[in-house]
Amino acid sequence: MSDIEQRVKKIVSEQLGANEADVKNESSFVDDLGADSLDTVELVMALEEEFDCEIPDEEAEKITTVQQAIDYVNANLK
Amino acid sequence: MTYSRILGTGSYLPEKILTNADLERMVDTTDEWIFARTGIRERHIAADGQFTSDLALAAAKHALEAANIGAEALDLIIVATTTPDRVFPSTACLLQQKLGNAGAPAFDVQAVCSGFIYAIATADNFIRSGAARTVLVVGAETMSRITDWKDRSNCILWGDGAGAVVLGASDEPGIISTHLHADGSYARMLNVPSGVSERGDDNTIHMEGNTVFKIAVNTLDAIVDETLEANGLQKSDIDWLVPHQANIRILQSTARKLGMEMERVIVTVDKHGNTSAASVPLALDVAVRDGRIKRGETILMEAFGGGFTWGSVLLKY
Repeated sequence: MSDIEQRVKKIVSEQLGANEADVKNESSFVDDLGADSLDTVELVMALEEEFDCEIPDEEAEKITTVQQAIDYVNANLK
Repeated sequence: MTYSRILGTGSYLPEKILTNADLERMVDTTDEWIFARTGIRERHIAADGQFTSDLALAAAKHALEAANIGAEALDLIIVATTTPDRVFPSTACLLQQKLGNAGAPAFDVQAVCSGFIYAIATADNFIRSGAARTVLVVGAETMSRITDWKDRSNCILWGDGAGAVVLGASDEPGIISTHLHADGSYARMLNVPSGVSERGDDNTIHMEGNTVFKIAVNTLDAIVDETLEANGLQKSDIDWLVPHQANIRILQSTARKLGMEMERVIVTVDKHGNTSAASVPLALDVAVRDGRIKRGETILMEAFGGGFTWGSVLLKY
């Protein structure tokens, strides 16, 4: 598991109160991990803080799974 | 050097309580849904014929009583409200008449949820400059009158109420510093899209909830930093956080930023909902009267609201 993948999964499990074992690459925040709309906002904010970046709202809306979050960070990390 | 100190606090909540269970009968929602997203269990609603100035009057009387000051001694009256009784005169003038004060300047401040912070900052500047010595500052709202009771994502948030403080001139602080900001480019994200000059049929609150949430959290983090830095303070110097009560999750986030246990945060959103300009003085009064906030302790008040407006007040109680 890459460093970024690990960090993303750790944040997802912390923010959504999910077991790290349950946070899989294909996990959907809403459908699999029980996130509500504010959870997803808070999750994006936590990712921004962890990776010191800003995720525009229109991009944030497209991040609905763990893999999409990993891909976004990989593509946009300075 | 003259500072302003809080001489007394007061608050008032209308009798009628609207619980989440009541809302379940009005719109498609559940207690669990509301509580998980907002931390709100119930809110108070003003009775028919009960206006913002009536709520303000009850809160003001309690504050004057606590300060042991008569209304005639006030030399400035400021009311923060988004829901004034009338187009004019100001709710402050209507309150002044009900209090039996004549001659003191009286005016309203409109900064929505940040209104009380704006009003305290204004009063503090009047006192520091010597233009006033004994000031009544009230935050009072009847948000239920601008709530769309069919909008299930929005109507669950708001409540009615009033809070007040009496500020007096003092040789020592009192209020240490105040910090105000606004950015009108965000006006559309949280607004009532019609009013007095711009007439329209839609007189209720509209909010882009998720975006407002995110900007509120980030902005409040920044105002906390700004306030501490301006005074050379550490996070650990703050005894109590008295935040605007919009949403428990915003409160939790600010507390996390301050490294504060939730026990040091005054939370009333569960019982009051979001009472806009009234929420900070309501929370302050609750915590003063139940003995949590004591004289000499350092308190940080902050708020974020429509405009956007935001601000903070740092004070020694």
